[in-house]
Amino acid sequence: MLIFERSVPGRASGAQLPPAPGDAAPLPERLRRQRAPLLPEVSEMDAVRHYTRLSQMTFSIDTHFYPLGSCTMKYTPRAANAAAMAPEFLARHPLAHAETGQGFLGCLFELQEILKDLTGMAAVSLSPMAGAQGEFAGVAMIRAYHRARGDAARTEIIVPDAAHGTNPATATMSGCSMREVRTDRDGRIDLEALRALVGARTAGLMLTNPSTLGVFESGIKEVARIVHDAGGLLYYDGANLNAIIGRVKPRDMGFDVVHLNLHKTFATPHGGGGPGAGPVGVAPRLAPFLPIPLVARAGEGYRWADERDLPQTIGRLSAFMGNAGVLLRAYAYARLLGRSGLRRVADYATLNANYLMAELLRAGLELAYPRRRASHEFIITLKKLRDETGVSALDVAKRLLDKGVHAPTVYFPLLVPECLLIEPTETESKQTLDHFVGALREIAAEARADPQLVKSAPHSTPVRRVDEVRAAREPDLAWRGA
Amino acid sequence: MPFIPHTDAEVRAMLAAIGAASIEELFDEIPRELHAENFAAIPEGVPEMALMRLMSERARADGHYLNFIGAGAYEHHIPAAVWQIATRGEFYSAYTPYQAEASQGTLQVLYEFQSMMASLTGLEVCNASLYDGASALAEAVLAAVRAQGGARRVLVPRSVHPFYRDCVRAIVRNQGVEIVELEYSRETGATALEALSSAKGAIAAVVAPQPNFFGVLEPVDEITDWTHAHGALAIGLVNPLALALVKPPGEWGGAGADIAVGEGQPFGAPLSGGGPYFGFMCARQALVRQMPGRIVGRTVDAAGSPAFTLTLQAREQHIRRAKATSNICTNQGLMAIAATIHLALLGPSGLERTAACCRANTAALARRLAAIPGLRRRFSGAAFHEAVLSLPRAVAPVLEALGRERILGGFDLSRHYPELGHALLVCATETKTGDDIARFAAALERLLAGEKSC
Amino acid sequence: MNIPLELRYAKTHEWARLEPDGTVTVGVTDHAQEMLGDIVFVELPAVGKRFAAGAECAVVESVKAAADVYAPVSGEVLATNADLGEKPQSINADAYAAWLFRIKPDRASERDALLDAKGYAEQLAAEEH
Repeated sequence: MLIFERSVPGRASGAQLPPAPGDAAPLPERLRRQRAPLLPEVSEMDAVRHYTRLSQMTFSIDTHFYPLGSCTMKYTPRAANAAAMAPEFLARHPLAHAETGQGFLGCLFELQEILKDLTGMAAVSLSPMAGAQGEFAGVAMIRAYHRARGDAARTEIIVPDAAHGTNPATATMSGCSMREVRTDRDGRIDLEALRALVGARTAGLMLTNPSTLGVFESGIKEVARIVHDAGGLLYYDGANLNAIIGRVKPRDMGFDVVHLNLHKTFATPHGGGGPGAGPVGVAPRLAPFLPIPLVARAGEGYRWADERDLPQTIGRLSAFMGNAGVLLRAYAYARLLGRSGLRRVADYATLNANYLMAELLRAGLELAYPRRRASHEFIITLKKLRDETGVSALDVAKRLLDKGVHAPTVYFPLLVPECLLIEPTETESKQTLDHFVGALREIAAEARADPQLVKSAPHSTPVRRVDEVRAAREPDLAWRGA
Repeated sequence: MPFIPHTDAEVRAMLAAIGAASIEELFDEIPRELHAENFAAIPEGVPEMALMRLMSERARADGHYLNFIGAGAYEHHIPAAVWQIATRGEFYSAYTPYQAEASQGTLQVLYEFQSMMASLTGLEVCNASLYDGASALAEAVLAAVRAQGGARRVLVPRSVHPFYRDCVRAIVRNQGVEIVELEYSRETGATALEALSSAKGAIAAVVAPQPNFFGVLEPVDEITDWTHAHGALAIGLVNPLALALVKPPGEWGGAGADIAVGEGQPFGAPLSGGGPYFGFMCARQALVRQMPGRIVGRTVDAAGSPAFTLTLQAREQHIRRAKATSNICTNQGLMAIAATIHLALLGPSGLERTAACCRANTAALARRLAAIPGLRRRFSGAAFHEAVLSLPRAVAPVLEALGRERILGGFDLSRHYPELGHALLVCATETKTGDDIARFAAALERLLAGEKSC
Repeated sequence: MNIPLELRYAKTHEWARLEPDGTVTVGVTDHAQEMLGDIVFVELPAVGKRFAAGAECAVVESVKAAADVYAPVSGEVLATNADLGEKPQSINADAYAAWLFRIKPDRASERDALLDAKGYAEQLAAEEH
């Protein structure tokens, strides 16, 4: 039932009404709203019950295991939330002068320093509001760099065929064209194909490492050499940083620019789709182009740095300071873990992934890259199961919901048929992983004994399988009244 | 180990299952030369108790201020229930609702969000949020240019927030979209209609802010009609709270604006130093396939019961890749959830009362400040909840002095609008009382008088 | 797999019917609709617009994919199938009845260069591997 259907004309949450307004000249008739908007008229308790009940109809990290590849769904520490919700931080106006927010700016400045050290980069801007905006910032900086050198013809961005969709979409958004480079059967970039692709039009290459295929690109130094020799720059997509955090610095691999997903690697909440944060770090040659604002030192304290400090900046990507509250949570997380704790993230994320991979292999499932180590994630392919039983990767994913496990990433990367991309993260216990192995084992057995049971899953969720075709053919995107 | 549950015995058992001697061995595909050891700039970890002490000390050092700055981020009362529900783990720590059956709660709230925003703006469709108001305006400009499929020139009034204009330029520049700025009337503070007619060449879209950065209400009917007469799309940039009182974009001019975007922060998002807030985009049905970002639809499940799902995904990067309408993936979902709860708690009457209170309080503040010798209101146009005042001397030192009295006295316009002289933008929302306004006015009067006697 | 003998085909999975009046009617093949699954939306070109052979001129969308449709021959779009707006699923029902657009070709040579049913069947067999 929609909140609108709980509405009773004349009802209101009385405690939320401000005092009666004082005098103001009436608005001119032609500017005035004539009809009230369709908002529900409910009591405070009606609203609280409605939204509390809806919250109970959603999987979350606080309630379920999410082996969701390339998404790093790890535990979100409550302390980070509590620390960022300090009333003074919440009440801080973004345009209040810097002197009134030294504690706040200090946290952001220190976060910049931590991210610089983790990535090996010379400078960091915290302002991008999500991974995709970090990617945009990165490619915009690459373009600005070439342009500043009078090399404006460099408008091609190379991405691997297995890249996340945001990479090619970012190339387009930045006015570049996209070229794809092949990966070989062990998941490595085909270096010959890359050599053939680069040239005078190459702006840069975007790469995740470990890749979206769940394996480390061990030839990365050679990849970097090829792109740099052709005059291009290297972009590190931080989607999979959880695999190497505290162990490998993207700068050491030859990258010129990196974005991090703080909602992945730094455990800030996913919030049902956001907000995230996508800070960017750069090598010295890209530092003049960083998006503003940055936090700079000013004597003993801190101040904002803007276009007066960075006249070549690519500009502002948000009205104020990105997702500042998310940044505070990431800072709190980094302080809780510290140097050693951040390194342990990669250790245990990798241990969990390799353990799970070994156990699933033992359970009879097929790996997409059997000759490789798992990074923090790996891919299994259910092609054989589908050919034998008609049960698809999507069916298995839906059946997992019945077993109390969120579905892994399905059908990505696109080049592995019937794939499940599985990332357990470091915060899950051996018992949870064993339960997941057991669940997949049961589903494989069900697929053979009673395929219809799996194909019609889920059975125990608040709704049965949702008709997405009807949703797209007859879009109902807003309630318009009874 | 913080947030890692493994016991030593479990680690040994797991390594045995893998067939590896140590965790170190699991990294053997990474070339030796890439292993980094020095992370000296990162401090060692601290327990939760020490972290909480550190953070609350920093927060307390920043302290509380009596705030009269608006300028795109507004201090409103947020009902206690909003964040108590929004930070329930089920909402707070959920993933993007790609698995519809496991995400009905999130999806339904977002559908309700889209419904509320569509109705407020008077348009047919709304997406499930963008990053913030400024980047939403950039996305609207790009959507309009795509829909028009030819012209790449977009008119943006100078009465649009200067940071929004910066952001739009930064985002659309690389796609060859040309932004032409329109002057405002120095008397009324609204966009000068003559400025429109002097625009040359084919135009893809015109942006109309309501209210504008100065708080002044724009002649949106005339701008919208002019836009349509010139074959362009009209983009409304709105404060959604103002829409409780002023005509929604869908009803502007003869045909209504085509797209409405804005900053959703007034609905449930604390000021929080600049974010997270959320952007929204509403549009006419015909433009739905040009919309960036996620959209939730209502449909049915296999048993015929009502159900919700993300829909029209072929617009998005994970399917359409280089041809997607935008690269956006992660949005501001939790902020949209908070906004929905906020709007449900306010309801139509609460929202209208809040907007009216903001307007009345700002009017009272402007009257009171304009009574100070040497101060006057800068613009004559009808306003929502901000006002521009001319000061007899430079604004920045005055604001600093007010800051020492723990008052944030407004936003200094002199850098972005030098032609206005010593101009100050102030705002008093429903959170301000008569006493608050009196305290601000008295402090300002004292400061200016003191300065004179020096 | 349904590959009518009387039609011509492009490698990119469009079918083309050479009409007696010299125009060409274009749709997507049965194989294409099967790969896409339930079709939910078709974006058609504007009548009067001109395309070079191989240029993107329409999009066929399913829930989880979107496929570009390429002009099999150069020419001007004369008409589009308005029924697809209401019933995109008619492509799933019969891909060869649910035409997308009709084009007036600039030259006959491009028509003759299209695959015949046998050639298209061979290509599909090759793609399987």
